[in-house]
Amino acid sequence: MSEDLINMIKENVIQGRKTRDDIGIDESLSGTPGVVELTESALVNNISPEVIIAQALTAGMRVVGEKFSTKEYFIPDMLASADAVGAAMDILNPLLEASNVETKGKFVIATVKGDIHDIGKNIVAILLKGAGYEVNDLGIDVPEDKIVSVVREEQPDYLGLSALLTTTMVEMGVVIKALEENSLRDKVKVLIGGAAVSDDYAKEIGADAFCADGFQAIKVLEAFETA
Amino acid sequence: MPREGILVNNPVERLSSEQVRQIHKASMEILKDPGLLCFNKRAAEIFQSNGAGVASISGSDIPCWHVKIPEKLVADALDSAPKTVKLGARNPDNALVMKGNEARVYYITGSETNTWLDVDFSTYANKSDPTKEIKVPEFLPRRGTVADLCDSAHVCEHLETVDGYIRTVNIQDKDITEDNKDVNKFFACLNNTTKHVMSGLTSLKQLDNVVKMAELIAGSQDKLKENPIISFITCLVKSPLQFVDDTTETFMEICQRGLPVVVSSAPQAGTTAPMKEAGIIAQINAEVLAGITLGQLVNKGTPVLYGSVPVRARMDTLGDSYSAVETSQYNIDCVQMARFYKIPNYSTSGVCDTKIPGQQSSIERLFSDIVVTLSGPQYLHCAFGLLDGNSVFCLLQAVLDDTHFQRVKFFLKSPLINEQELTEIKKQIKDVVATPQKMFINYIRQVMRTGEISPPYPFESDDDSDNVFSLAYERLQELLAKPVEHIDPDTTARIFQDIPGLLPRLNVYQEGR
Repeated sequence: MSEDLINMIKENVIQGRKTRDDIGIDESLSGTPGVVELTESALVNNISPEVIIAQALTAGMRVVGEKFSTKEYFIPDMLASADAVGAAMDILNPLLEASNVETKGKFVIATVKGDIHDIGKNIVAILLKGAGYEVNDLGIDVPEDKIVSVVREEQPDYLGLSALLTTTMVEMGVVIKALEENSLRDKVKVLIGGAAVSDDYAKEIGADAFCADGFQAIKVLEAFETA
Repeated sequence: MPREGILVNNPVERLSSEQVRQIHKASMEILKDPGLLCFNKRAAEIFQSNGAGVASISGSDIPCWHVKIPEKLVADALDSAPKTVKLGARNPDNALVMKGNEARVYYITGSETNTWLDVDFSTYANKSDPTKEIKVPEFLPRRGTVADLCDSAHVCEHLETVDGYIRTVNIQDKDITEDNKDVNKFFACLNNTTKHVMSGLTSLKQLDNVVKMAELIAGSQDKLKENPIISFITCLVKSPLQFVDDTTETFMEICQRGLPVVVSSAPQAGTTAPMKEAGIIAQINAEVLAGITLGQLVNKGTPVLYGSVPVRARMDTLGDSYSAVETSQYNIDCVQMARFYKIPNYSTSGVCDTKIPGQQSSIERLFSDIVVTLSGPQYLHCAFGLLDGNSVFCLLQAVLDDTHFQRVKFFLKSPLINEQELTEIKKQIKDVVATPQKMFINYIRQVMRTGEISPPYPFESDDDSDNVFSLAYERLQELLAKPVEHIDPDTTARIFQDIPGLLPRLNVYQEGR
């Protein structure tokens, strides 16, 4: 039973089916429980959150990653799977916290002040959540004082700043300066992304990394973890 | 079920209805005055016995007649010419059914080139940084062979957008002669593709052997009539307005056998036709109608295609400029004229002026491929792989062309907009707007694998480099490695037994092959 449930969660992660309403790729699964319902069933059947994460969610995402690298899957597939895993993590995180199991890390993400573009930022948030990070998405047009306040209160491991426009990317530097002024800069790694910015710009404003997309963001975070 | 082709819902038209009528009227007048020179005695006699004005021209070394065709003869021919023409295929699912009043486009290869372009890749290193290397294609021209023709038919069998096959390369092997060329070229094509095969005829003496070969493959004479797996193209009228002796004779013989035939005319604006659009269209229309009229007089009901290959002259060489924008204009005009007569049209696109694959060839061919397709010709000879006008054929270019046509075909899909669709979409929009991320990603996946989303360019590199040629070359090798459904062993044995002149090396069942 436990093994069946784990395999079903894994398969539904591969199919990118968050709930029973999702169609996924294999239409024969239509109407059957998705990752959310199966995760709840697994917990009812006393399967530990650690086992669900390792053997079902992470294992499923590994297959999705392989399919993506061989071009069998595309970004929408990756995002659907990551979204399903993120939803499962929403269920599992409180249990992990209660049992003092550490998550991969807390990530605050925002589109900076003056910029309302959020497609890239949203995709990064979904992928990070699917990769096991605890994500707090502050939304768009977020002023530096709000970001500073959240960093102070939530003490995230990472802060992701997004901007599409050359006119708004300067706000990233403003945020970093504000973090320094509030003695928070060394408490959080700052990652920047968006069409207007670059590796050079990240260095120029004192960010820790530039990420071209969500996949690179995950690689950068993994590099931070192993450093 | 025949091949689907691509149905153009609202075909592009350059000419107004009034202009179509004006061109028709001008063509009718041209057929009466100046009329045509006819170098074929039998054709002149047929015209004369059916009421055309025919007068022998004296003082010429070559027998020649002046033929003036009255409008009534043309009208009768247009009445009797079939409005629907079926071109069959070894695999009946590859048959083409063309209706003169329906803008359903089939993409066809050809024409016959003398030069085959091999592709090889050399690696070049950067002088200042030898670790930086690029692979550059080199194109090596040589005379085409029957083995090349087999490879070409083989690859085109597997190219998704190729609907029918016109031989792409002139077979110039040492053991190919005028007396055995036709049987070998038809067999090489038929044995390597299950799609329709069309070709010109080199020697009229070979017509019956070719037809007999087709009957053996189709199953019988009657079955060949039901499923004409071969058809012919003839350029019986040389511009301006001259019935050529040998091709006119060939054309009449084909008509007598009732097999489908293209009445093709290929005037060049500026040299063999007026430079101005009105002039070349009125003339080519007259030339094609003259041919159709002769065909119907020879054998009423012969399935014919209105074959138009108009081209503008290059100003620097007075050679053909297929890439000239006017060439596409002329072709579109002819498509319209054929539709006016409800006769299926053989049109031309994709022929480029450049000699090797590259940016120029892509730009030239894609432009005409798009605009001529949009006009809705039924049988579009769109020159898969052709370069340098009609002189060079390159399989790599054919593979690249296939991707172009996939895009054009996708573009022409009918829009799916109806009440049910809009109801579902409104719900989708409402649902997504209510989510925090406001993205439609989950709905992409439903259509991503149903063919509703156009695929990415298949030869795109993962990095910033341009590897189109090497990726297309890999694809070409994959296609060549795919099996081909050859003609079955018994039929092949019958063909080699009954048809003289076939090269033994073309028998794939012969020991050691």
